[in-house]
Amino acid sequence: MLQLISVLLENKPGALMRVTGLLSARGYNIESLTVARTMDPELSRMSIVVDVEPNQRSQVIKQMNKLINVLQASDLSEGPAVRREMALVRVRSTMQNRTAILKEAEIFGARAVDSSVEGFALEATGDPEKLDEFIDVMRSYGEIEVTRSGLVVVSLDNKKLRLAPPVPKEVEAPLI
Amino acid sequence: MPSNLMSGAQVVLECLQREKVEVIFGYPGGVTLPLYDAIFDGPIKHVLVRHEQNAAFAAQGYARTTGKVGVCCATSGPGATNLVTGLVDAMMDSIPIVAITGQVTSKLIGSDAFQEADTFGITRSGTKHNFLVKNLAELPRAIHEAFHIASTGRPGPVLVDITKDCFTANGHYTPVSSIHLPGYRVYTDGHAGQMRRAAQAMLDAHRPLVYAGGGIIHSGASDELRKLVETIDAPAVTTLMALGALPANHPNFISMPGMHGSYAANMAMTETDLLIALGSRFDDRVTGRLSAFAPHAKVIHVDIDPAEVGKIRVPDVPIVGDVKKVLQKILEELGALADQKEKNAPARAQWWGQVKEWQRLHPLAPVFSNDEIKPQHLMAEIDRLSGGEAIVCSDVGQHQMWAAQLIKFNHPRLWINSGGLGSMGFGLPSALGAQFARPDKLVFAICGDGGFQMSIPELATIANQQLPVKIIVMNNGYLGMVRQWQELFYNNRLSQVQLDTFPEPEKLAGAYGFKGRTVERPSQLRKALEDAVNEPGPYLLNVKVSPFENVYPMVPAGGAVNEMVLGAPQPVEVA
Ligand SMILES: Cc1ncc(C[n+]2csc(CCOP(=O)(O)OP(=O)(O)O)c2C)c(N)n1
Ligand SMILES: [Mg+2]
Repeated sequence: MLQLISVLLENKPGALMRVTGLLSARGYNIESLTVARTMDPELSRMSIVVDVEPNQRSQVIKQMNKLINVLQASDLSEGPAVRREMALVRVRSTMQNRTAILKEAEIFGARAVDSSVEGFALEATGDPEKLDEFIDVMRSYGEIEVTRSGLVVVSLDNKKLRLAPPVPKEVEAPLI
Repeated sequence: MPSNLMSGAQVVLECLQREKVEVIFGYPGGVTLPLYDAIFDGPIKHVLVRHEQNAAFAAQGYARTTGKVGVCCATSGPGATNLVTGLVDAMMDSIPIVAITGQVTSKLIGSDAFQEADTFGITRSGTKHNFLVKNLAELPRAIHEAFHIASTGRPGPVLVDITKDCFTANGHYTPVSSIHLPGYRVYTDGHAGQMRRAAQAMLDAHRPLVYAGGGIIHSGASDELRKLVETIDAPAVTTLMALGALPANHPNFISMPGMHGSYAANMAMTETDLLIALGSRFDDRVTGRLSAFAPHAKVIHVDIDPAEVGKIRVPDVPIVGDVKKVLQKILEELGALADQKEKNAPARAQWWGQVKEWQRLHPLAPVFSNDEIKPQHLMAEIDRLSGGEAIVCSDVGQHQMWAAQLIKFNHPRLWINSGGLGSMGFGLPSALGAQFARPDKLVFAICGDGGFQMSIPELATIANQQLPVKIIVMNNGYLGMVRQWQELFYNNRLSQVQLDTFPEPEKLAGAYGFKGRTVERPSQLRKALEDAVNEPGPYLLNVKVSPFENVYPMVPAGGAVNEMVLGAPQPVEVA
C-alpha cells in the first residue's frame, strides 16, 4: 500500500541520503520523492511516497524519527492534508489538432508553457489520478514526453513540532 | 596569542581528553599523520592494534566492560573500510563507541585521490550517526556531539571523519557548553499511566515471565531487575546479550531463551500469560517462529527506542523509556499495590511448580567423557575457575553457545560477545579491550579454532601491551556451528568446514614471547586451565575437544521455540 510521508529535516550534507538509505535498507520501495528548502533555509521538507505494508507504516515513521537530522516525520496518507503533483507534458501536434489540444488542456486546468511548430509543452497540477487521466488524453494526440514532480503535500493539521531542547554539556578542561 | 594556537589534531585530542577518554585503539596512516604526531606528545594512551577491525572490537570490549564510550581510530580509505564490521557489530548490540577516521584533504574529496573512500557514505547505515568534518571551527562540536549521541538514548557507534587539512589547520579549541540536536529526542521517563497498568498486569498475571535483554545492562538496571523479579516472584530469562543482568545463581533465573536456550526458558516463553520484556527486542534467534511465540501472553514492552516497541510484536502495554527509571517507577507502583500481592498465590505456586519441573526434566548440564574432552566439560571447568566473577569474551560459533549455557555470571558486564551481528574474530580483540579496561580482572577469551585464526595478529598487541588475557581455543577441528547445520540440515555433506591445519600453540605463543600448550586428555584439563590462569602473563591454551558434538537444545530456524530438539536422535529399538 502506498504511504505518504512528510519529513522535516535539517538541510545538512548527507541528510537526504539518510532518509532514502533507511527506506532501501529496510526494504521499502520509493514511488516518488521531492525535497526543497523551507522558509527556514536550514531546514528542508521532503514528501515521500513509499510502498509499505499497512502494519509497517508506523514502524517506518518511527525509524525516520530516529534519524538525528530528522526533526519530524509524519504519516499523511490519511488525515487533513493537501496533496498535489505537477506534470510537464510535451505533446507533438499536427496543424489540425492544435486547438483541440489546447481546449483539452484547459479542461484539466493545464496551461501551455511553450509553443512551437512541433507542438506544445503543457504544465498541469493536480492529484496524481487526475494527472494520469490528463496524460492519457494527451497521448491520444500523438507522441508525448512526460516529467512528473512526484507528490508534494502540506498537512492541514495543527500538530505541534516537538524538538529536543539543548542539553548542557559538562566538558571540563583536562588536568595537565 | 600565537602560543595558544592549536592544530586540528591537537583539538581532537583536547576534545577526547575533555570526554575523559583514557585510551584510543588505533592504527595510523597517511592522512592521520598529523593526528599521530599529536598523539606522540602523549596526552592520551594509544594502543596500536594489528588490524583496524580489531581496533573497533577492542574499543567495544572496553565499552562493554565499563559502560564508557570506547574510542578507535583509523586512516582514510582501507583503514576506514576495515573498521566497518566493528561499527556494524556495535550498532547491532547498541554499544557506545566513537570512531575517528582520517579523510583526504577537503579539496581532493571526490577526485578518487589516493586512499580516498566515501567513509561518510559507507558507514551511514552502520552507525547511529556520522559526521564529515572539513573545518576546524566545526570540529569540537562534532566530536562532543558524537560522544553525546553514542552514549545517550539507545547507545551506538558514531563515526567522525576528519579531513587532513582540518587536522593541520591552526586555530583554537572552542568550548562547547551545550549540545543542541533538535531532532534527537530521547524519552527516558516512561508514561505514568502505562507504568501503572504494567504494575497492575504483573499482579493480575497467573504465569508471569520476565524477559530481560541487553537494555538492562546498558541502562545499569540490574538492581532494579532483581528487585522486580523478587517483588513479583516471577521466573526470569536473560537473553544472550543480558547474561549477568541477573546473577546466575538467583533462584528466579531460568537461563537463556531462544535457539540454544534452556528447555525451561523456552517452555516458559510459550506458556506464560504475561511476558515482561525489558530492554529486549524480540530477536528472531529468541522468538523462533513468531506465530508460535508466547501465544497466550499479554506483553509489556519497555525500551528506550520507540522503534523497537511494536516492531516485531505489538505489546499490550508499551512503555518507551529508560528501563532503569521505568523499573524504579513500576516498583513504586507495586509497593502501593502490595495488598494484592497474594491474590493469585495458588496459580503462581502452580506456575512455579511447572517451571521447576521443566528445569528438572532438561537442565543445562555439562557432559563428560573419559576419552575425550567434551566442549561442555571445558565450559564447566572455566565456570569453576571463574566462580561467576571473571570476564569472558567469546567469539562466535558453537563454543559461544556452550559458554553462554554453562558459564555463570554474577554481575553485568562480565559476558562480552557479538550477539546481533555474530562476527567471528570478535573474541580476542574484545578481550584485549576488556583487559585494558579492567587490569584487575581475570579475562578469558574463548575462541573457536576458526575465529581464533581470524584474530591471530592481535597476539602481538596482547604480548606488546602485556595483557594477561587467557586465550582458550575450543578446538574441534571444524567450523563447528556450520558443520552442525550441514549435519542436521544438509545430509551431513560437510562442505568447506574442516580446519585441518592449526598452528602449534607452544610455537605460536612462543613466537610472541608467551606460553601456550595443547591439552587433549579430560584428566589433564583442570590442571592445564589452572596453569593458564596462574601464569602472570597471557596464555594460549588449545583445548582439543570432541569434533562432532552438537549444541542442544536447538530450535531449528523457523521452528517454534517449544519444539526444541533436545539432543541427538537416539537409535530406536525395534520390537
Ligand atoms: C566473519 C564471519 N564469517 C562467517 C561466519 C559464519 N559462521 C558462524 S559460526 C561459524 C563457525 C565458527 O567456527 P569456529 O570458530 O571453529 O567455532 P565453533 O563453531 O567450531 O565453536 C561460521 C563460519 C560468521 N559468523 N562470521
Ligand atoms: Mg571450531
